[in-house]
Amino acid sequence: MLKSQLFRLKAKVLNHARIKSPWIMHFDATSCNGCGIEIIACLTPKYDIERFGMVEKGNPRHSDILLVTGAVSHKTKDRLRLIYDQMPEPKVVIVIGVCGISKGIYQGCYNIIGPIDKVIPVDIYVPGCPPRPQAIIDGIVKGLDLWKDKLKEEDKRKEEYML
Amino acid sequence: MSREDSYSIPLGPQHPALIEPEYLKVHLDGETIVDVDINIGFMHRGIEKALQQRTYMHDRFLIEKICGICSSIHTLSYCGAVEKLAEVDIPERAKYIRMIIAELERLHSHLLWVGIAGYEIGFDTVFQLAWRDREIVMNILEKISGNRVSYSMNTIGGVRRDISKSKAEELHKAIDKIDARIYHYIDVFTKDSTIIKRTRGTGILTEKDAKKYSIVGPTARGSGIFCDIRKDDTYLKYSTIDFNEITHKTLDIESRAVVRLKELLESTKIIRQCLNMMPKGNLSVKVPDIIPEGETIFHAEAPRGEILYYVRSDGTDKPYRVKIRTPTLANILSLKPMLKNQQLADMPIIVASIDPCFSCTDRVTLLDTKTGRTKTVDETYLKSLKRQ
Ligand code: SF4
Repeated sequence: MLKSQLFRLKAKVLNHARIKSPWIMHFDATSCNGCGIEIIACLTPKYDIERFGMVEKGNPRHSDILLVTGAVSHKTKDRLRLIYDQMPEPKVVIVIGVCGISKGIYQGCYNIIGPIDKVIPVDIYVPGCPPRPQAIIDGIVKGLDLWKDKLKEEDKRKEEYML
Repeated sequence: MSREDSYSIPLGPQHPALIEPEYLKVHLDGETIVDVDINIGFMHRGIEKALQQRTYMHDRFLIEKICGICSSIHTLSYCGAVEKLAEVDIPERAKYIRMIIAELERLHSHLLWVGIAGYEIGFDTVFQLAWRDREIVMNILEKISGNRVSYSMNTIGGVRRDISKSKAEELHKAIDKIDARIYHYIDVFTKDSTIIKRTRGTGILTEKDAKKYSIVGPTARGSGIFCDIRKDDTYLKYSTIDFNEITHKTLDIESRAVVRLKELLESTKIIRQCLNMMPKGNLSVKVPDIIPEGETIFHAEAPRGEILYYVRSDGTDKPYRVKIRTPTLANILSLKPMLKNQQLADMPIIVASIDPCFSCTDRVTLLDTKTGRTKTVDETYLKSLKRQ
């Protein structure tokens, strides 16, 4: 009994801290770059996504939220899969831009094999070509809520396993 | 030490600073770079083929999405080439508006580069400040065109939106503000000791090498070569405008930075003159859907160098062939001489110093990598080197 209470308390404190400092990573799977620069613009003083405690990281093993732009090409397919697998659980994947959602303007290009959700599971879609920084921030904040739920689920599973 | 005995380290394809994926294989002797293999092609989408399957007007929209950073110069060159084939002359006012948008694009692109350069040498303040100032340009572009990234201003036969009097006034104010900031950045890049320690004397590209590899744009001008399409083979109305071609002779990263920053002052000069000289009149003329048979080229000065469009028509409403050659494809080869005998820690800033744009470049795939002895390091390791 005491053990599980202690576990719950620990998880609560940990989750509180984790929610306040999610690390994001950006991967570009064959896009036009338009969405990429809007993501970077989100990091800068005018939009300032860092106020949510987010830092952009280059290493998939350190990041919690994956932002993907662009549609998948033959050459980036395996890379995207690899990066997704390397990220620790629980993770949230957010697709930014319409070409990652439905191929968008690249419909019919021979080297484009499909939207992002053909390769990895996607949680949140932010449409637009490119979406405005406000829309991107909105998407990421929604992703945070989802991530919170996922963290709780994970804790529950751990607790069951432990008892 | 020969290439075979050296360690090789893969860099990429996912790299936090460059936004886009690319893959570089660096051969090392200790910390010194012996050689580098360049493997691009992650951004290859097959656009040139797709262009052949769409009509000229549809192509214009796809061409805008080749690159999000320099979308306007792509459409400017494409529309210029198609207009040349159709033998139409666009209204004077449209020419000036096209020039204003192209120069605004140069402003935002170079400011973006200033930020990235700051980030690469671990000086995040410069990154944040430069991108804050870039928002001034983005705001004014949004006011004029309605979009932040793909302005969609150029169309075959002219431009789609006007710059009204009130917007012209706002534009004047905005570029005055930008001017003051640019002087500040020139100061920072030539006087700040933190930046100078990283940029002065690193990434040397001699004039001979630059000519050998056919380097274009600010990278070549940073090696003291005069090459600016706006001057050499003028298009639109650049011949009536008074501006200087900037070159700098110290050959290193600082030289390229100074060229880019001083170029911005010229850009604001061009915008001011355009606003004053712009005549009243129509924005566009009608161009028939069917373009007469023939072939043509059009080249223009993009923020990163010369961009070239070749368009061939077979007398239908779809182009027979569109071939695009972008500046980064020319400039990427300069990484080889630049990186030789440099420290591994300087690599990110040297790569960034040519301002590579891979979504433009990767419509062609080239070069293979050979495997020697391999040692894998991850991004954090490279980053930790960089900060020292
Ligand atoms: S959604 Fe549009 S702007 Fe974004 S990467 Fe795709 S084509 Fe470019």
